Amino acid sequence: MPIGIFMFLAALAIIAGFGVIMQRNPVHCVLALALVLMDLGVLFMGLDAVTLGFLQIIVYVGAIMVLFLFVIWLLNVQADPGLGRHLALKLFGSIGAAALAAEFAAIIVQAPKLSDLRPLPPDFGTVAALARSLFSDYLVAFEVTSILLLAAIVGAIALARKTSPALALVTPAPARDASALAPTGDAAAQRKSA
Amino acid sequence: MTPISYYLALSAILFAVGVAGVLIRRNVIVMFLAIELMLNAVNLALVALGRRIGSMDGQVIVFFVMTVAAAEAAVGLAIIISIFRNRGTVNADELNLLRW
Amino acid sequence: MMTQDFPALGLILLFPALGVLFNLFWGRRVGRAAVNFVGVGVIFLAFAVSLWAFVRLIGMPPGAALQYGLWPWIAAGSFHVEFGLKIDALSAVMTLVVTGVGALIHLYSAGYMAEDEDYARYFTYLNLFAFSMLVLVLADNLLQMFIGWEGVGLCSYLLIAFWFDNAQYAYNGRKAFIVNRLGDLGFLLGIFTIVATLARHGVWTLNFTAMSHHAVLLRPVALAAALLLFFGATGKSAQIPLYVWLPDAMVGPTPVSALIHAATMVTAGVYMIARLNFLYLLAPSAMEVVATIGALTAFFAATIAIVQADIKRVLAYSTISQIGYMMVGVGVGAFSAGIFHLMTHAFFKGLLFLCSGAVIHALHGEQDMNKMGALKDKLPITYATMLIATLAISAIPPFSGYFSKDLVLEGAFASGHTWLWLIGVVTAGITSFYMFRLIFMTFHGTSRLEAEKEHHVHEAPPAMTIPLIVLAGLSIVGGWVGLPEWLLWGDAFKRFLAPIFAPHGAFALPEVMIDVHRFSVSMTLSVIALVAGLVGIFLAWMLYIQHPELPERIADRFHALRELLWRKYYIDEIYDLLISRPLFWTSTHILSNGIDHDVIDGIVDGSASAVEDGGEATRKIETGNVQHYAFVYLIGAVAVAGYYVYMVMR
Repeated sequence: MPIGIFMFLAALAIIAGFGVIMQRNPVHCVLALALVLMDLGVLFMGLDAVTLGFLQIIVYVGAIMVLFLFVIWLLNVQADPGLGRHLALKLFGSIGAAALAAEFAAIIVQAPKLSDLRPLPPDFGTVAALARSLFSDYLVAFEVTSILLLAAIVGAIALARKTSPALALVTPAPARDASALAPTGDAAAQRKSA
Repeated sequence: MTPISYYLALSAILFAVGVAGVLIRRNVIVMFLAIELMLNAVNLALVALGRRIGSMDGQVIVFFVMTVAAAEAAVGLAIIISIFRNRGTVNADELNLLRW
Repeated sequence: MMTQDFPALGLILLFPALGVLFNLFWGRRVGRAAVNFVGVGVIFLAFAVSLWAFVRLIGMPPGAALQYGLWPWIAAGSFHVEFGLKIDALSAVMTLVVTGVGALIHLYSAGYMAEDEDYARYFTYLNLFAFSMLVLVLADNLLQMFIGWEGVGLCSYLLIAFWFDNAQYAYNGRKAFIVNRLGDLGFLLGIFTIVATLARHGVWTLNFTAMSHHAVLLRPVALAAALLLFFGATGKSAQIPLYVWLPDAMVGPTPVSALIHAATMVTAGVYMIARLNFLYLLAPSAMEVVATIGALTAFFAATIAIVQADIKRVLAYSTISQIGYMMVGVGVGAFSAGIFHLMTHAFFKGLLFLCSGAVIHALHGEQDMNKMGALKDKLPITYATMLIATLAISAIPPFSGYFSKDLVLEGAFASGHTWLWLIGVVTAGITSFYMFRLIFMTFHGTSRLEAEKEHHVHEAPPAMTIPLIVLAGLSIVGGWVGLPEWLLWGDAFKRFLAPIFAPHGAFALPEVMIDVHRFSVSMTLSVIALVAGLVGIFLAWMLYIQHPELPERIADRFHALRELLWRKYYIDEIYDLLISRPLFWTSTHILSNGIDHDVIDGIVDGSASAVEDGGEATRKIETGNVQHYAFVYLIGAVAVAGYYVYMVMR
């Protein structure tokens, strides 16, 4: 894709990425991530992986991000009031992440030029090509993944379902609102102020 | 045409952002979001390199990664719900039962 | 030397072994009669086979031997030790003594232990002892002999501490075992010296025949090896300095005292020296040491016996003294004389112990001679046989002890060490004195019995009296195989054993300084010894029959001397002070508290504590906070990526 569009999309992705990690309200974080994912979906299309781009938007943004939103609303997660404890960890963590990025950059720069692209087969990136690969070379992985999804379904249901009334007596009652803080002090203050 | 290395650089930056997010945020759900960001950064790298060598393998792998990420997100969120029901909080600082 | 294969030799060992197994596993179930039958019977069977072997051996030319290899035991490179049996003239004599006297004593035990509950255990141990002793005497190599040596030491302990409920008895058993063990250390070191020296010349064997072939190789270490082995012998045969266990060993059942501590085990040391004569002949100084210690022990023990009141203790010290004679015999090179005295001693000392057992049995456990007296009419058989034995030990002709002791003294005189002969003569006098003191105090005079015991005095049952009679007969005729040269068939015994003691003509017996073979010399020596014995008897008669009040007065007059003798020269106390206590103190304070407790436990506990403290410190890493863990991941990832950067940069 032309470099100008790429730069725009890249900048958008990076800003949205920072938005994911820096927004206070978790819903804002989810929305920022949805933006990043759509951005990446467009980038995929620009890389001739058209099917994958659409799949990214449909599956990732449309399903997974929505799932996240539902969970946030279910648990009534409140906004994060501040940085909290372990400041040193956060500082050095950030520095470490930056160092990691720098290292990757150094490697990428040093690597042989990746600008010359190979000629592509005509159906590169189409559903047919993807399907062809899936059902021939990667058939076993495909089948196993389907079982994996089944396991995930069962697991998610088993973990997240409501427990029976008898068990509810011994299960600690959830706090009225799932604040990011401890259910004591600040939650009570928040309720008071609300 | 943008060189593939630009895509890789973007992937690296997004990955680093994700890492920072995991370490900085306290809310477990937001940490999970950051992890998803990391996964997608890797997806980008895979597609870019697949494009570079002209093979569908990159995309197929990303296909599977997406599937697994979906499954993982579902189960992970179920676990978070379960934890919330038990402990009443989603603050990572509070969830330290494995502490010495 | 001609050797013939004789598989039946294995039976001599097999029968007692079967006895052990039978009594061990089924003894308590099958009842007393069966245990007696088997326990005693196997030894009689062993005796029968020994007799058969002996008869066959006599039919062969002199110096022949019967042998039977059982199985190869050690095969380490060129070092081969086989478990094998060999009967030549020397071991034939020993085997006959062990099985013959042993069988009689086993029979006696059946009667003596008739009221004891632990009869199965007793016969197990006794048969095990017979087995071990036979392993010792039938061994064809030094290592196998040592196995038997250890085995008899073990059985001695088991049988001394037979009634182990009594703490003192158990202690005495331990004392015997430990003192023996100390001697065994010397024995082992001697074996090692021999093996090492022979090995240096490429001879890898401990077989007696092979060793005697290569004996010259041992000349440089002969003195050391001989003395080390003799140290072991002083433990087993109760000589100075390791005799202290034998008097205390008398707490065991009397048949045990008779068999082990009179007739057989304690003579193992003498047998060992006789068997290794080729080694000792290479080291004349060692032989001198043997003879000197033997003589001193003989005298020393005899003096202690004079004042003892316990009937078995007198006999114990008497045993120590008589073995001293045997040591003198082998020490001066008169090996056959030493073995001859060993044989006759087995007869009369075994008999003496058995008779004392009969007396103790009749008096229901009374062992103090001060509480005996006037028993000769009530215990006629016991009295008669004991008198015969006493005459034998006092070397009165024609009883057996006379001939054997005479030959020993003759050998001592011939070696030129006249003082050895002199000590021997004086000790002979003392011997007859205390032995007849024993007879007079026990059987003659007025009755000093406790009232209630007086009524129950009765002669022993036949199981006990038959062995007494047989042994009495042997005590009379047993010496007639070794008569003076000018009488009848002369010293047949010595001729029978001669090939053992001069195998290859390479070693001559020590130089005979004085020709004792002349009739006049030999007769004079005999007469002097006889006079000494008679003087002893006379003195005993005077002090204990004619003027019974004298011993008291003499004891009071020479109070200090009497105390010294009564306290056995305080040797036990000295050993305790010089050896036991420092050892105990070192073990407790330095080894136990210091090294074991502080150092070793310190290391073990310390390493445990170190691990614990390390764990304490390291567990802080587990914060439970996922982000901390993620951070560590990140550090690792940064490091790995850094490595790749480094690789790419180059």
